[in-house]
Amino acid sequence: MANNSNHVKKKRKELESHVALALKVAKKSGADFAEISLAEDNGLSVSVRNGEIETLENHLDKGLSITVYKNQSKGSSSTSDFSEKAIRQAVKTAADIAKFTAKDDYSGLADYDDLAWDYPELSLYYPWDISAEEATDLAIECEAAALKTDKRIVNSEGASVSSHASFRAYGNSHGFVGSFPATSHSLSCAVIGKDNDAMQRDYWYTATRDSHLLENAKHVGKQAAKRTIARLNARKISTMKSPILFSPEMSAGLIGHFIGAIHGSSLYRNASFLVDSLGEKIFPDWMHIYEQPHIISGLGSAPFDSEGVTTRSRNIVEQGIVKSYVLDSYAARKLKLSSTGNAGGVHNLCVEPGKLDHSGMLKALDKGLLVTELMGQGINIVTGDYSRGAAGFWVENGKIQFPVEEITIAGNLKDMFSNIVAVGNDVDLRGNTRTGSILIEEMMIAGG
Amino acid sequence: MAKSSHSILSLSDISDAELSKVLGKLVSHGGIDAADLYFQKSHYESWSLEDSIVKQGNFSIEQGVGVRAISGEKTGFAYSDEISLKALTRASKAARAISRQGQKHSVNAFPSKHSKFHLYDAVDPVDTFTAEEKVKLLESVDAEARRLEPRVTQVMVGLAGERSSILVAAADGALATDVRPLVRLSVSVIVESNGRREQGGAGGGARVGYGYFLEDERALEYAREAVRQAVLKLDAVDAPAGAMTVVLGAGWPGVLLHEAVGHGLEGDFNRKGSSAFAGRIGERVATSECTVVDDGTLANRRGSLNVDDEGTPTQCTTLIENGVLKGYLQDKLNGRLMGGASTGNGRRESYAHLPMPRMTNTYMLPGKYEHDEIIASVDRGLYAVNFAGGQVDITSGKFVFSASEAYLIENGKITQPVRGATLIGNGPEVLTKVSMVGNNLKLDEGVGTCGKEGQSVPVGVGQPTLKIDELTVGGTNV
Repeated sequence: MANNSNHVKKKRKELESHVALALKVAKKSGADFAEISLAEDNGLSVSVRNGEIETLENHLDKGLSITVYKNQSKGSSSTSDFSEKAIRQAVKTAADIAKFTAKDDYSGLADYDDLAWDYPELSLYYPWDISAEEATDLAIECEAAALKTDKRIVNSEGASVSSHASFRAYGNSHGFVGSFPATSHSLSCAVIGKDNDAMQRDYWYTATRDSHLLENAKHVGKQAAKRTIARLNARKISTMKSPILFSPEMSAGLIGHFIGAIHGSSLYRNASFLVDSLGEKIFPDWMHIYEQPHIISGLGSAPFDSEGVTTRSRNIVEQGIVKSYVLDSYAARKLKLSSTGNAGGVHNLCVEPGKLDHSGMLKALDKGLLVTELMGQGINIVTGDYSRGAAGFWVENGKIQFPVEEITIAGNLKDMFSNIVAVGNDVDLRGNTRTGSILIEEMMIAGG
Repeated sequence: MAKSSHSILSLSDISDAELSKVLGKLVSHGGIDAADLYFQKSHYESWSLEDSIVKQGNFSIEQGVGVRAISGEKTGFAYSDEISLKALTRASKAARAISRQGQKHSVNAFPSKHSKFHLYDAVDPVDTFTAEEKVKLLESVDAEARRLEPRVTQVMVGLAGERSSILVAAADGALATDVRPLVRLSVSVIVESNGRREQGGAGGGARVGYGYFLEDERALEYAREAVRQAVLKLDAVDAPAGAMTVVLGAGWPGVLLHEAVGHGLEGDFNRKGSSAFAGRIGERVATSECTVVDDGTLANRRGSLNVDDEGTPTQCTTLIENGVLKGYLQDKLNGRLMGGASTGNGRRESYAHLPMPRMTNTYMLPGKYEHDEIIASVDRGLYAVNFAGGQVDITSGKFVFSASEAYLIENGKITQPVRGATLIGNGPEVLTKVSMVGNNLKLDEGVGTCGKEGQSVPVGVGQPTLKIDELTVGGTNV
């Protein structure tokens, strides 16, 4: 298995040795504690347009960041240069900054006992041995399938293939050093349709850790074309209250706002509409939301978080009740709780799917708006106020009637969460949040 | 070995002659008709305060070289975070793989004189204050916010400064260097009253040293503004929903222009025909009140540059003149492919990203109306003053921008503040509904960042007070 290849072993050893060096230098410089994270990412991305290669990009990015703690004050610095000289300089810079930041009783490393001393191998590394020519051919095949789907597809924004391999390492002065490799590959396509002088654009993509599991190139192209065609001749609808069905892709964002509101940094700052929501019923009692960080080959999987803390499967919402916040060690200390292994974010956040598939969800919606695209930043986590630009489809009798655009949908997240009527089983597995479509009883649509 | 005369290369083994040689190798490779090298050395620092103490400080260094080789519409790109001849040669080989055959070209001689522009001083903001002074500045902002308003429960202040030095050398003979300082201060406050919690934010910045924030009590003004906004929202009522007359305040609401027309006029989208504005030069896209420009030559402004990232001097480009579409924003590639020239809008986030047409400072020129006259002309509508940002679908032309401070206008008077709401419209249409343009042009405070295809660059916006006869307001109240 590729995971045990010499290249991987060598690379991990190399990164871990940089971590060890930086920790040694930090200790020598008089730091009480220190932590280092390192990442190296290399990849290839190719984009084609109208059957010809447009860009060929070779990526190689790396970075090291170090945080030094002295008398409960901290300083950080980062560099892309992994030479011993640069690492020494970075440590010194961080230590200098720590002389000027204030003493903060809550600052420091994650607790010793929370660290992932024995972490699992999650099979996240599947290098794709693809040449620029092969990637170009694949993208051309994908785009060609899109362009010939329908004569109303008149233009292309192109198709692209990208393949990345990364190595991450983290270590701290508790003696923890960990590292893991990961790959991510994707194929995407965006095309433009035209009818009655108006243009619409849409896209489709597939993304996996293992290139063998990518959707077929022709399928991705056809999906992009079908989605674009479906949007042609979109119109505004009038201002009204209506049930709203969020597509799986849009539902992931909605659940993301919930995670933002129970994120430790929002909570200890009192900058959330879900302050003191632990134990409170926020969702209907049949809803469950959980985190599964150890899914083999999962796109959001990680053996430990960005502070080295063990990641664990856990329930965040059980029977509609908030069971746990999303905390790193700093927020945990501020809130007198324990870290939940979420420094750097959540890992494979899952909303338990319901029984209805996509068409079942449309039937449950009966008459209302299916939202497939949202625009803008109109989300206020402090108050829960929500107002965003939207596009999608008007549905009647459980069937799509016509595409809709240039409208907004608005409400308050707290009401929206408690008024969820159903969650579909049409789960989108392409990202870090796995959820089906979500049906909300009522929101305000503003249109003509 | 001959050392380079450019400071960015002084620690490397790359001499001036080597630049021409590497470019020469690139364009003598069959079919490569343009190529450039982009060297960058930057450092960035940030300091942040919350709970009335400065908790974090960070310093980071970024450097490298990006090599681009172009063959017709095709671009090959590679980069390295090492500035050395070996790394440069390796990246060049990878970039030129884009082309295998075709005509060979040669490198034009570099000019002996560079850009005449001097829009900002080549200061290193990081060195303009001591660490103690930076900490003191943050603490003074926190103290001012708390002094003003006892209902303030949290104050977050961020200070950031960077200096980026760049050198561009291109096969067409362009050779330019630029040293770009940039500072930014932002304040966010939370107020709480009778169980209701609201947030307010303000900030500013420019291509200067940190002393800027002490002039005219700027930093303290940001604190006052953030508190004012937060307190105001405590009394805000639900925003209206539906199509209505909207008056946009002067300054930052110019984000309307950035989203509604700016992106749609970027050359790449128009060359490819994917913009709702494609092929419409010379057509009326706004009322005759409207003249919109993109100007990268304003002294010290966040969106300004002496030269763009392809070495072209920036300029003031008229996008819309008296309502008629005049021009696009171009980089070299798209300008050439559309039969024109670069307008100095070729920008990139860093050496590790490809340049593309981007805005600088985009704003509308002043009109003839007094601000008060515009408000008084509205029976029922929305007056929107502050925005959280926006987004556009350049193909359908639909754009949004989210108001964070807005009021109802009733019978020609500003009455109640309303909760935040998103406004949505159609780019090619919205300026045809502008019936009044104020005489009070204002540019923003210098906090704007524009994202396109995953790349972020600093930009500016501005406008006078504008009256739009109809725009959809995404509130909750019918």
